[in-house]
Amino acid sequence: MVPPVGTSVPRVDGVAKVTGRAMYLDDLEAEGAWHGATVRSQVAHGTLEGFDLDPAFDWSQVTVVTSADIWGKNVITLIEEDQPALAPIGGRVMHKDEALALVAAPTRALAFAAARAVKPRIAPLPPVFDVEAALTGVPLLYGTDNVFKQFLIRKGHASDAELEAAFAGAAQVIDGTYVTSPQEQMYIETQAMMASWHQGRCHIVGSMQCPYYVHKAMKPLLACDADGVVITQSVTGGGFGGKEEYPSMLAAHVALLAHKAGRKVKMVYDRDEDIAATTKRHPCRTTHRLAVDARGELCAIDVDVVMDGGAYLTLSPVVLSRGVLHAAGPYRCPVVRVRGRVVATNHPPHGAFRGFGAPQTTFAYERQMQKLALLRGEDALALRKRLALRSGDTTATGQLLGFSVGTDEVIAAIEGCAGTPPVPVGVNAQGAPVRRGRGVCFYFHGAGFTGSGEQRLAGRAAVAAIGGRFEVRSSSSDIGQGSSTMFTQIAAAALGVSPDDVTVVDPSTSQVPDSGPTVASRTCMVVGGLVERAARTVRGKLEAWAAEQAIAGSLVEVARAYAAVMRTELVETIGYEPPPGIEWNDATYTGSAYPVYGWAACLVDVEVDLDSYEVAITRCVQAVDVGKAINPAIVRGQIEGGTLQALGWAVLENVVYKEGKVWNANMTNCIVPTFADAPDLETILIEVPYPFGPSGAKGVGEIPMDGPAAAVANAVEDALGCAFDTLPISPESIAAARSRWEAS
Amino acid sequence: MTAYHRPRDLDEALALRAAQPGWMVLAGGTDLMVNANHQPVPDGIIDLWRLAELGFVRISDQAIAIGAGTTWHEVERHAAIRERLAPLAAAAREIGALQIQARGTLGGNVGTSSPVGDSLPVLLALDAELEVASVRGRRRVPYHAWCTGYRTTQLAPDELIVAAHLPVPGATTRTTWRKIGTRRAQSISKVMGAAAITLDGDVVVEARVALGAVAERPIRIAAVEAAVRGLRLGEAGEAARLALRAAIRPIDDVRSTASYRREVAENLVARFFAVS
Amino acid sequence: MRLALEVNGEPRTVEVSPWKRLLDVLREDLRLTGTKEGCGEGECGACTVVLDGEAVNSCLVAIGQCEARKITTVEGLANGEVLHAVQRALVACGGAQCGICTPGIAVCAAHVVDRGLLAGCDADTARARVRTLLAGNICRCTGYQLIVDAVIAAAREVAPA
Repeated sequence: MVPPVGTSVPRVDGVAKVTGRAMYLDDLEAEGAWHGATVRSQVAHGTLEGFDLDPAFDWSQVTVVTSADIWGKNVITLIEEDQPALAPIGGRVMHKDEALALVAAPTRALAFAAARAVKPRIAPLPPVFDVEAALTGVPLLYGTDNVFKQFLIRKGHASDAELEAAFAGAAQVIDGTYVTSPQEQMYIETQAMMASWHQGRCHIVGSMQCPYYVHKAMKPLLACDADGVVITQSVTGGGFGGKEEYPSMLAAHVALLAHKAGRKVKMVYDRDEDIAATTKRHPCRTTHRLAVDARGELCAIDVDVVMDGGAYLTLSPVVLSRGVLHAAGPYRCPVVRVRGRVVATNHPPHGAFRGFGAPQTTFAYERQMQKLALLRGEDALALRKRLALRSGDTTATGQLLGFSVGTDEVIAAIEGCAGTPPVPVGVNAQGAPVRRGRGVCFYFHGAGFTGSGEQRLAGRAAVAAIGGRFEVRSSSSDIGQGSSTMFTQIAAAALGVSPDDVTVVDPSTSQVPDSGPTVASRTCMVVGGLVERAARTVRGKLEAWAAEQAIAGSLVEVARAYAAVMRTELVETIGYEPPPGIEWNDATYTGSAYPVYGWAACLVDVEVDLDSYEVAITRCVQAVDVGKAINPAIVRGQIEGGTLQALGWAVLENVVYKEGKVWNANMTNCIVPTFADAPDLETILIEVPYPFGPSGAKGVGEIPMDGPAAAVANAVEDALGCAFDTLPISPESIAAARSRWEAS
Repeated sequence: MTAYHRPRDLDEALALRAAQPGWMVLAGGTDLMVNANHQPVPDGIIDLWRLAELGFVRISDQAIAIGAGTTWHEVERHAAIRERLAPLAAAAREIGALQIQARGTLGGNVGTSSPVGDSLPVLLALDAELEVASVRGRRRVPYHAWCTGYRTTQLAPDELIVAAHLPVPGATTRTTWRKIGTRRAQSISKVMGAAAITLDGDVVVEARVALGAVAERPIRIAAVEAAVRGLRLGEAGEAARLALRAAIRPIDDVRSTASYRREVAENLVARFFAVS
Repeated sequence: MRLALEVNGEPRTVEVSPWKRLLDVLREDLRLTGTKEGCGEGECGACTVVLDGEAVNSCLVAIGQCEARKITTVEGLANGEVLHAVQRALVACGGAQCGICTPGIAVCAAHVVDRGLLAGCDADTARARVRTLLAGNICRCTGYQLIVDAVIAAAREVAPA
């Protein structure tokens, strides 16, 4: 019996995970492997003159690697080639905790001791940590003006003068400045990687989201061709974007150490190091102006987004891109201007984290919509419903929305379950007076790569029939989101076989085609679509062969017969074909930014303790249109996980920099929500199918992250009567605002 | 290699402590083992975990004596402690989480003497007395004299903490405790306080008010204790708030700000003296 | 130092420094890699084991303290191929995603359920009690909801009252 797509079949890796048999990188057999450690800069900006190795230390069992040992290009290739694998001797150091040198030794204790015995000599240069200061161009860290990337989107107007005229003619204008904080992904498995060399070929295995990103980065670094390095993903204990680009850096480090040491080298980061040195969510300052006409319709929106990119470009242009493309929100507006800049500073580089720019700008626009509702005395949800985009409307980039727009369904779901708002005042269990409030928000998230990105990626996936078994081969990595289970279901349904007959192979660049990275809410929608087509093609070919050979039986039996007769596996590799109607202009940033959007609405109830100023989140409901839930339990789990990360970002989490270094670089002080901090989360799955996704599915991984922070801020405003426009809405910030809320 | 010894009784432990004052005295390890792989390797370990003479709760009419080796689980579960020393049970419930409460001990909290030690303001407010021992004998130290500075105490290099003796508050004494941490569990205190308030009707006869996380050690606030004497609940709260203002100088740190700590400490202290 | 301890019902002997963490002894010397390191400071609970009947962070236990003590790790929860009720519930409810926190959660939840720590709770208070008891185990993937569902389901199976 084939369980249909849409069933919550148990995860294929579930038993392995609950029994502790799933092997993460640090669990893998590593007999004879040495341990690596990293020498990191304590200076935020300077020139690396060289190293002194402590003569009192016994170096006989230690391998040391510096930039001088790199025989290829000292660069971690991503969008640009500005970030070195190791700060070049004689060149610049650009942030605290930047990797300067590497050591490997037979034990971790010896490796740590050796790293401490390498003393870098750095001539300091003035650093810059403030974005406004960096925009003066002094000191110059990147290009000619410290701007990694900027965007300008115009809709419905051709000049700034025309934009201002639209504002001048408005009935009401609301503006605000919204500041969001950096956020640590806090995957529970720290970054981990292992490398070995055999006959000139480098084998790297580790915790990662994108084996082919690592592969692409290793080729110029190791000066090898595509066959010269093999990248394999090990079972990965969480990523959330934090293992999108950073693993290439760690892979470079273990590869270099293994080469020089002449043996396998493994590096597993301590938690403190992981927090201090790896990428965080981009902190962001968004100024947002909106205007409504006499009828209460939006007539102009003007957004300016400025992000701190940190010391190297990494993925900043794409984070900014997604941020600006979502900045005007899911609302109808004829005149829109969005400007964005991501700026270089001497902070450690910021990078990918679930939502990828959209949470930052969503916070801004949903706070603005809240203010509009308050100003107009209009019900918060009714206002969203009135102004929201639907099929037939155009977005800020002029995209005409067609299919799969779940606006009305998600808003109706929240309306339907909202119930009575919390009683505005009360006393809590500690005897403290409390004020309670409710907040809502409505938001969207583009699924897949922007514009022509998917075409450029040209992802491929394969399904193979090998005897009586079927294999899915893609580079998508299961990082907890259940992609292996989801592909199993999709392939089994398309083949018409039991999921037990399908295996999803571990992504290794020597075994699977490049399906594109495991990011951007594309794994189900895009790669799942490729898997579905490949599976259908395999089935078609097997059935055609069976008819030719006059063989009857189940597909498994036919496949066995095929293998016996043809003595080969039957593999179908399918490449990406864009759905019709995706026209995108990269130069003007107009057209169809994403093939399709997810839609969501969120309701949050809060209780503010007036003695401690702590915000307790007492209720949180998310209604999310996912197109089709291939596996409802897995989709629910994704939504709930993303929701709690957003709630944590709203009130509890922060990355605090002190002179360019992460001050709270341990789990004690860089906190995330515990079981006790989380409310019971309510999830309403909505399905408005996307015709070009497998069984109608579109992306879900990121959307739940985008909205809840705004809903929390809206709820706190409802409770206290004044605006909170900076994240986190910490007890300290509420205490500091007391004169504003006591007055209201 | 690190030496290791698990004494069979207290005398053996004391002899070893006197002989090896530099060895690590280890019970639950919830503090001493943090980031163990990055700590200097100790020369030796004196393992006091489950040493019988340190694991007890003894009830008398006047006081409850709790052995230094008693874990927070054991404190929290003990009916007499819940009933008569409620703030200590409350503190026990909010230290870390389950796994920490199963190993963390009263003696460890007292010995580490962190400014944010969760049980310490309770010991101050309940006017506890510590019992310490060495080969030279035993002595008692009022807890209010125990902390001499930042993470420094009266413990001599050859001494071990044996027990805390807590007088049972009288029927007219209301006790209270609150911790404000960074989150709902597994949290470090930003501000915490405990109070024992003896009332005559609704008039404050006497109060002991202690705060943690607002100084380099847990402290009693003499100014508050003086200000509330003779006042009715309610008014006493406002007097306490005002008296506290000048009495503490909390700091900004990685977890919170001085102004937040000051404001919340005032709210806490005022709440202690609220009309119930 | 030579130490004899019982792990998952089996006598085991190791020859290590008494200062070595129980977590490292389990993973390196006994090759029981199910117990994980997430933070090294007792914050995340990924290293949870049951030691002499209590759920503890094995990163905070020195092996010297474990002579003659009984330890249960995630590998010891199942009875041969028959999974513990908590393990089955986690699979059935979707309470494991990336799985790195799962061994610690399974061990802690099994301890909670086996010791009847939810006894006396009604339907409403049981969920809050689960959250309190498991608050020392951090999960970043699930948002905790489905894990709470799983523990409640397992508790009902083990003690239907």
